[in-house]
Formats: sequence, C-alpha cells, structure tokens
Amino acid sequence: MKYLKTYPEKCIGCMTCVDVCSNLYFKEVSPEKSCIEVYDKDNDNFDLSVCNQCQTCVAECPTLALTVNKFGVVMVNKNLCIGCYACVAICPTDNMRTHLEGIVPFKCIACGACARECPADALEIVTED
Amino acid sequence: MKYDIEKLKSKHKLLKEFNYEIKPVEKGYTNRTLYVNISTNDIKEKPVSEEMKEKFTGGKGFGLKLLWDAVNENTKWNSPENEINIGMGPIGGNTNYAGSGKSIVTSISPMTNIPIDSNVGGYFGPYLKFSGFDAMEIQGKAENEVIIYIDGNNGIIQIFEAPDEAVDSHVLAEQMVEMFAENEKEKQHISSVSAGTGSETAYIGCLNFSFFDKRRQVARLKQAGRGGTGTVFRDKKIKALVVKFSGLKGNSNNPVDQKTIQKVGLKLHKEILELDDKQCRMRQVGTAHLTEIMDEYDLLPTHNYKYGSHKDTKNIASDVFYNNFLTKGYPDGCWFGCTMACAKTADHFELKTGPYKGEKVTVDGPEYETVAGCGSNIGIFDAATILEINFYCDTYGLDTISFGTMTAFIMECWDNGILDKEKTGGLDFTWGNREDALELLHQIGRGEGFGLIAGKGIRRMKDHFEKEWNADRKFMDDIGMEAKGLEYSEYITKESLAMQGGYGLALKGPQHDEAWLIFMDMVNNQIPTFKDKAEALHYFPMFRTWFSIQGLCKLPWNDVEPANNAEAEEPAKVPEHVQNYVDIFNATTGRNIDKEELILQSERVYNFQRVFNIRMGYGNREHDNIPYRSMGPVTIDEYESRAERYDGQLKEKLGVDPAGKSTEEKVKILREFRESEYEKLKDAAYDRRGWTRDGIPTTEHLKKIGMALPELLEVVKDKQ
Repeated sequence: MKYLKTYPEKCIGCMTCVDVCSNLYFKEVSPEKSCIEVYDKDNDNFDLSVCNQCQTCVAECPTLALTVNKFGVVMVNKNLCIGCYACVAICPTDNMRTHLEGIVPFKCIACGACARECPADALEIVTED
Repeated sequence: MKYDIEKLKSKHKLLKEFNYEIKPVEKGYTNRTLYVNISTNDIKEKPVSEEMKEKFTGGKGFGLKLLWDAVNENTKWNSPENEINIGMGPIGGNTNYAGSGKSIVTSISPMTNIPIDSNVGGYFGPYLKFSGFDAMEIQGKAENEVIIYIDGNNGIIQIFEAPDEAVDSHVLAEQMVEMFAENEKEKQHISSVSAGTGSETAYIGCLNFSFFDKRRQVARLKQAGRGGTGTVFRDKKIKALVVKFSGLKGNSNNPVDQKTIQKVGLKLHKEILELDDKQCRMRQVGTAHLTEIMDEYDLLPTHNYKYGSHKDTKNIASDVFYNNFLTKGYPDGCWFGCTMACAKTADHFELKTGPYKGEKVTVDGPEYETVAGCGSNIGIFDAATILEINFYCDTYGLDTISFGTMTAFIMECWDNGILDKEKTGGLDFTWGNREDALELLHQIGRGEGFGLIAGKGIRRMKDHFEKEWNADRKFMDDIGMEAKGLEYSEYITKESLAMQGGYGLALKGPQHDEAWLIFMDMVNNQIPTFKDKAEALHYFPMFRTWFSIQGLCKLPWNDVEPANNAEAEEPAKVPEHVQNYVDIFNATTGRNIDKEELILQSERVYNFQRVFNIRMGYGNREHDNIPYRSMGPVTIDEYESRAERYDGQLKEKLGVDPAGKSTEEKVKILREFRESEYEKLKDAAYDRRGWTRDGIPTTEHLKKIGMALPELLEVVKDKQ
C-alpha cells in the first residue's frame, strides 16, 4: 500500500505542502482546498493530517465511486459520486475533505508532489505491504 | 442476460408517446405534475401553483390534492376515476440528509374506501422528480397489460402494451433493469414500481419500488405496504411504472443553500456512525432490533395480540437474523446518502416452497413488523419461515402487516371453532402451522381456494364468516384487529390509552406512522392526563405527517438521538433533529419557517385528509372505533394471563374489590371502564385538533390554519 507518511516532529509549519496540494488540485492556494492539513499544536510544534489509505470509506459508498487502485490508494470517481458525504462522515481520521464551493469530496492520492517540495523532509511517500 | 429481453420487447405495442421539456429543479420543486390516463392514453403536464405549494407542500399533500380533484363521493377503489398517485416533497431526493428518498403513494383504498397514503423507499420518487415532476397521477384502466416508461434523460414518456413480462415483482424488477439500462452504469439509474400476482385478487396488495444494488447486482425492493395500492394498480392492468434518470448529483434539488444541507447532513451522518451501535443498531439489524425489546415490555403481538411475549421469541430475535441470514458490511440505504442503512437483506436465501422453490433469492428485510406479524402473532418462531413469508409477500405484491394480522385472526377463529378444514378447504390453522400459513400465501398468489376469502382482509372475512357460517359476529368484532377496514400494525396497545388513540384516530386506519406513544404513555408516564394525551395526539401525528409531505423517512428523526437528547426540554420530540428539518427545508426552498410553521404545514394536509374521509362517508367519530382486543382482555384466559395487573387496576382505578368476583365479571367491569376511557380520549383529542365531538374539523379551525377552501367547507358546513 502506497501512502503519504508524515513526520510531524520535523514540520516547520511553512505550509508549502498545503500550497502545493491545493494548487495542484484546484489551481489556487487555499488551506481549505488541500488534501493535507497542518495544525498549530503549540509554539513551533505542528501536527499533520492526511489520508492513510485505510479504505474504511470504500465500503460506505452507495455508488461505488470509491475504489482502490493497484497501489492500494483510494480514488474518488467524480462521475459516479453523488455527494452524499457518507465517506466524509465515516473517515476515522477526518481526511476525506470537502470545501465550500464543491459537491464532490477530495482526498490525498499519494501523488508525492508535497513531499518533493517539503523543505524539512517531513513528508515521504512510502509503500508497505 | 438472464431474460430474453428482445423477445419481451417484440410483443410491445406503443400506445402513446409524449415529449416534454426538461427543466432543472428549482428550490426543491419542479413546479409541475404528470397526468397519465391509461383509458384514453392521454398524457399531460399540470402546473403547480404557489398556492398549491403553500397549502399542500408536496408528497402526500400533492397526491391527496390531485386525488381529491379526480374522484367524487361515490368513487370506489376500482372505479376508473380512482388514481394511483406518487408524490415527492421539496426536501426529498437530496443525498446529504439520511432518509431523504421517500415516495408517497395515495389512492382510494380497497380496504377502507377512503384515501390511503403509504411512504416507501427506493429510487422511483426522486428519479421522477429529477426527471421533471413533483408528482405523478395515473387515472383510468388499461384494456391490456401496460408499462408506463419515463425517460428523464430525454424527456419522453411512453405507454405501451407489455403482455409477456412477469407480474411477480422480484422477476419484473430485474426485467425492467435489463430492458431499460443501456449499459452497466445505467442499471443504477433505473427504478420501477410493480405489484404481483397476489395483488390481482387480494385487497391487501402492495407496491414494490425498486433500487438497483450495485454490490449485489440485484434490483432490490421496498414496499408501499399499507392499504391495497397494489390491488388498485393491478386492477388498472399496470404491470410496471419505470423511470430512468442518469444525472443525479448532490445538488439536484438546486437548493438555495447547498452548504447548510451538507453541513446538517454531515452532522447527522456522524451522529449515526458514532451512536447507532449503542442505541438502536439500525445499521446492523434494521428495525428488527425491536422484536426482543417489545417482547421484554409485553408489547410483542403474540397469538393475535392476545399476549405480549413468548418464551420462544429468542428464536426470532434480531441476532438470529444477524448471525444466520443477513449480509453484513454493505451500505444498505434505500436512497443515496442514508447512513442509517436499515434496509437489510438476506442474500442467497433458498426458497423451500411455492412457484420459486429451490431458487436462491435476495430477501429484503425482515422489518420488525414482518417478524412480529408473520412470526409471533401467528405463533411462528422460526426465522427462515418468516423470511420465506417475507419474500413471497413482497414478490406477490402483498402487505406483510395485513397478511400477518389477518392470518392471526384466522388462527384465533380456528382456535375457537369458527373455522375447520371443511371451511378452509383442508388448511389447518393451528397456531404456528408454518406449512399451511405458507400455503395460504401461495393460494393468494394463485388466486384460489381459501386464499380468495382471506386475501380480502379481516373486515370482509368477518362478513363472510357470519353470512356463510353464522359465526359469532360480536366475538369476531372483538378479536378482529382492524379499524376502518385496515389491519393493525404490530404493537400491543392494551396498556396505553394514548396509543389506542394513536391507532384508532389515524386517518388511514391503524398504522403506527402517525403516533407511537406507548413508551411515553405506558413506560415513562410522561402524559398522564387526558389533556396530555390529547396534546401528544395532536403534536406527533402532525409532526410525523411532515415526513410524508417532504419525501422523508421518519427513522432518522428518533431512531438515533443526539448524545445529550435526554437533557433537552422535551426529549420525546428530539428537538435538535426538529431544528435540522427546519434548517434543511429553509435551505432547500429559501423560505423561512420555524418549528411552529412546520406543524402548520402538516396540519393543513392532515385536516384536508380528514375532510376527504368525511367526503367519502367514513370520517366521523364512529369510524374511529377500535376492536376491544386493542383496549383490553377479550377472553377469560387473556384476563387471567395478566390477572395481577388487571385486578390491581380494578382496585386502584375503579375502587372495585376483585375478591370473590368471577373472571367473567371482572372482564366486563374492566371493559366498561376502558371503553369509556377511550371515548373520553376521543373527546379530548378532537377538542385539541379543532374538531367537533363527531370528529369533524370546524369551519373556524379550517379558517385558522388557512384551509377554508370552498370544496372543504362544502363537505363540513352541515356537520358543525
């Protein structure tokens, strides 16, 4: 299974990952439209939250819009999704995301764009059995 | 392909094609309804006015309004002018708030001769709306078997003769999917409405609304069960209604405030996912979780409502179905986005009897009502038999509640010597005889033998047994669990006066969807006075009516409750959820109602329906009477099974010392008391509802709620 592994202890809170992700997905820089979230924990400490590809959401989808690709990554089929948000509700880590203007939820597909740009090596694409 | 669809299609004869303009939904409404006459093959659109929305809101409100305009006071269920109407409401069809996909069927019922309304899941209603119509009315009678097809993608409606398609729903629904889906993806875009062979002679016919389950690859069925709508459907020679709609999105209602609907919907999703396992377990076992609870509280109908529990209930408890039959882990909503997901199924269930013996089928359910009605109430404590009855009732197009309750009546008649093998054509109706209970069902499916008599329901059986066999009418009136001609649903009401009213005053007949007050009344003692009970018999029927004027399911209202609900001022109302409904209605329509106006919307439709009953000749005080079995013990052994309770009541409530009195005397004293209590309850409830003591809405009340329509005033003016 391929997923984005996070090392929050290395994170410097620069938000580069958020900018890269939202720009890639929605062509704009917006924390609301990023698949990865950066939280201020306390002074100089940050938490990172992103999909761990656990697949809990897949079983909940009534239209089979959620599938697992050959790398073990959960994908959203926008053509099949009817925006019910059952997947958003069931996600144990709150990483099936929505934003104000959209109907279809979105999530990390472990593309690695953020990891490549992270100046602190706090993100890494890994593959595990 | 399982069926030779091309061969079926080769026999089709197109009778009419109608093209219409596809328009987007606006704020939850399409602002038009569809009229189809299958006598004349006339098809037309009717506009929906702002006044119609104001007075009738949608769903069963629209269905009843269209029905009122179509019939007259002499219309019978099988008159050509009677209609099958299917309505959606403005909120209905949204994919965010759990339980938002209900269609509401209205018609003049063969059971009651008054309007019936039945709330059903499946995809038909929402797809009909997104195809362009807030409601559909079908009038007339076809000469030969027809299918009515609505192509919501291209704006085409067709009526065609369809002689060779199946009649039984589990086959027909599959045929419709294969016939109208052009590819795999489109299968989920097809929904049909159909009845079954049982509906052709029985009056307890139901309608099956299909929804294609992608995981199981099967067209599943939900039932508009009550009141014989399937019977009307087959009398009109309709095989199926079919709709195809491919463009469903999360905002297909085109609401004014999509974000609020998403936000409120997500909040409820999370509540369900967090709390359901600890509360009602709807996601695991559906409504069947009630079986063991009802047994525990002595409320589970057993042997025709004589008793409220049984030592063998453990054999039909929810865990038996869960562990041995139900398929687990699927999102079992009957409309998209329902995370309550209570539409459970037993897949690959092998049938042991009947025309489909040996087939492995998908059985929807069982719902609690089916377990109680077709299980404990007829003395069957075997889960597989209940599933078999459930399957055949559905595919034959028969209501499981009426089938269970009427079979319970037959078995008690057998027990008391009213029936014997000579009269039943060889069937043995000893309590719990599953072989002959199933054979009765197959006789109804074939339209033969004792099944022809039984399928007409309890009220007509009583007439038949009295006329043909001189049976004791008074005894049958006492134990025959019907009111207004409709069989009771499955709760014991003897110890809850308020619930006796909940059933007896229900407009369509004794169905629990208007009010379920047993725990409030009997267990928690929250409504001790007549005034309290009358208030509950006002608020809850009005509030619950709202689901059917909006296209909603009742279950997500109180089968899951917020964690802090008990701390609310009136927890029985689940105030946070009431506010959810207010919020999503306003966010859909752009209006600005509050919880009081929500009740007013219902009250308009509720009073309209009562006046409709009066117009048809069955809406007065006398028609709210109920059988004594629902009030108290009819028989000696029934009294003695709860002697301590009843003796105590004689002492405490009536000041009568039971010592030295025979059980027969005590039954009589208790009966006089309880019957008088019920009459007092009627007075209190009518007063609260703004009705005369004869149960007629007053002209002042109709004016007050904005329903002083000339046609209503005409009906009630001489009855004030």
